Amino acid sequence: MVEKIEEAGKKNTAENLVEIHSLKKYFNIKKDVTVKSVDDITISIRKGETFGLVGESGSGKSTLGKTVVGLQSPTSGDIIYNGQNVLQLDKEAQRNVNKEMQIIFQDPHASLNPRMRVGDIIAEGIDAYKLFKGKDRTNRIYELLAQVGLRPEHAKRFPHEFSGGQRQRIGIARALAVEPKFIVADEPISALDVSIQAQVINLMEELKESEGLTYLFIAHDLGMVKHISDRIGVMYLGKMMELSNSDDMFRNPLHPYTQALLSAIPKANPRAVKKERIVLQGDPPSPTAPPSGCRFRTRCPHAMEICALQEPQWKEVEDEHWVACHLY
Amino acid sequence: MSRLLDVNNLKVNFKTYGGEVKAVRDVSFHVDKGEVVAIVGESGSGKSVTVQTIMGLIPMPPGIIKGGSIKFQGKEILGASKRELRKVKGSKIGMIFQDPMTSLNPTMIVGKQIAEGVIAHQKLSKKEAKIKAIEMLKLVGIPNAEERYNQYPHEFSGGMRQRAMIAIALACNPELLIADEPTTALDVTIQAQVLELMKDIQKKTDTAIILITHDLGVVAETAQRVIVMYGGMMVESGTVYELFENPRHPYTWGLLNSIPDVEGPEKKKLIPIEGSPPDLFSPPKGCPFAPRCKFAMDICVEEMPGNFEIGEGHLAKCWLNDSRAPQVEHVFAREEEKAIAVGSEK
Repeated sequence: MVEKIEEAGKKNTAENLVEIHSLKKYFNIKKDVTVKSVDDITISIRKGETFGLVGESGSGKSTLGKTVVGLQSPTSGDIIYNGQNVLQLDKEAQRNVNKEMQIIFQDPHASLNPRMRVGDIIAEGIDAYKLFKGKDRTNRIYELLAQVGLRPEHAKRFPHEFSGGQRQRIGIARALAVEPKFIVADEPISALDVSIQAQVINLMEELKESEGLTYLFIAHDLGMVKHISDRIGVMYLGKMMELSNSDDMFRNPLHPYTQALLSAIPKANPRAVKKERIVLQGDPPSPTAPPSGCRFRTRCPHAMEICALQEPQWKEVEDEHWVACHLY
Repeated sequence: MSRLLDVNNLKVNFKTYGGEVKAVRDVSFHVDKGEVVAIVGESGSGKSVTVQTIMGLIPMPPGIIKGGSIKFQGKEILGASKRELRKVKGSKIGMIFQDPMTSLNPTMIVGKQIAEGVIAHQKLSKKEAKIKAIEMLKLVGIPNAEERYNQYPHEFSGGMRQRAMIAIALACNPELLIADEPTTALDVTIQAQVLELMKDIQKKTDTAIILITHDLGVVAETAQRVIVMYGGMMVESGTVYELFENPRHPYTWGLLNSIPDVEGPEKKKLIPIEGSPPDLFSPPKGCPFAPRCKFAMDICVEEMPGNFEIGEGHLAKCWLNDSRAPQVEHVFAREEEKAIAVGSEK
């Protein structure tokens, strides 16, 4: 029996591309004031899957994404990439791991240097890792542009000459340039129009197939997250509240917060039977002073006495369906 | 129902270094008392410029009003004098903007920003205005209203700022409330709160609302009538049921197909609208959507389609509705797949 469990554990690690173990990222904003943006989060992202991460602003989802790709160093915890503990590697090895993990940012207007030509923006990674030079470099740029649905002549232009959707394509091409295995997409579509959102999502799904990518997809649009993700994690004030595959999450949300989030999505059907909407009272509490016990209890319709006293445990309530709530 | 707002053949241009941008091209619509009308469209489709023209918020220059009329309660307000406009703006028509962060004055306490309008329009004394302001804060669901009255916008959260904006817009009991993407900058749970509040107030006070949004879910849940804009024009308009169940313009089909289905059990490929919106410096002489339209015919490029009347109050600006056009039925993405599945079974 024990062997079996161990075996299962091994099998799991073999499938996991990225593992995050009790990751914490705290920010000291003032003397004695600490924001616990990411507070003790453990998740694993499997090879070839799209892991969706949702939560309201201030839930720490972007901080988690940035910490995973190494744009910020964690306060404590481990990040295991492909079996190696990234934080314990030497600089050279870390650089190589970083090459395999790329990020696409939310705002395509702010994330491209307005004074650089698109070709040079895309080639930044190529130059940093000295992958191609001269003609090969140019050809690689053209190839990348074609991959994201842009034309070779676009390489000579500046970011301001492009629309939002095209800029997001440039951001994707830049991330693809170093042939990554893992891409964190930090709200890649929230700044785009609906019709353009679908274009970018389809492009990301195609690239995932053709390049064998694994995504951490961060968003607050639950509809799109459901559409693109295999599994979904829900964050609230730096903590993971619920984790399951995306169908289960939508069919049978366990955590009251997830239930409220799902019921808040406006349905694009005027005749939809108006279910009693769970409207959460109030705003999320300040992350500098999160409530004791369960962090959601101040807005939770099911809050009990124990919720204030004790932090709920992270439990696997159903097969592959994890939740942190005293109700279960 | 009595007519509240009547916009006819409105045309607005902007002068830029690159030439004149035709931002609004011949837009006509109306709003009746107490109804919620949604305007949807992509950025650059002219929806915000349309309502800003109603409010007289277009700076001139660079804005130029090329023609049309805007009648509010039967009175022309387009080109009216500043004094006349003042009687309407802020008192009979209130407006909520997208970004509550930039539309409140950061150096003035929130309570005074609400009281300001009441003092100007309803000629209340400062004391009475303060009472009214606190009452408004309570109405929009801000707890500790007395205390909040004295706070600055930065002490409010995003959702509360939007509530404060609503309080300002509603303080003078307007007949019409214009909400320009009121929930776009907010989280879903807060969006639900704000929408609930707006619906609630609309029911209580019978205020008409023009709601600008790009979220079709928000439209389906709140509006009675919908106007779809594209390239500065109205391409389709009708009741919310007509628009969602019997859409007759390929752009509306595209919009409906590019949103993911939250309720269905399976994943479907999204069908995006390929290409990007038209350049409004020199808009095409035919239909603005023709270059992106799967069903475009020769005539679409050559000649601007007129408004075809599909049903009562349902207009579509598309040649496909001409009796001589080939019959193209809109197939919803889901149904299309169902059809394929059924076909393969056979």
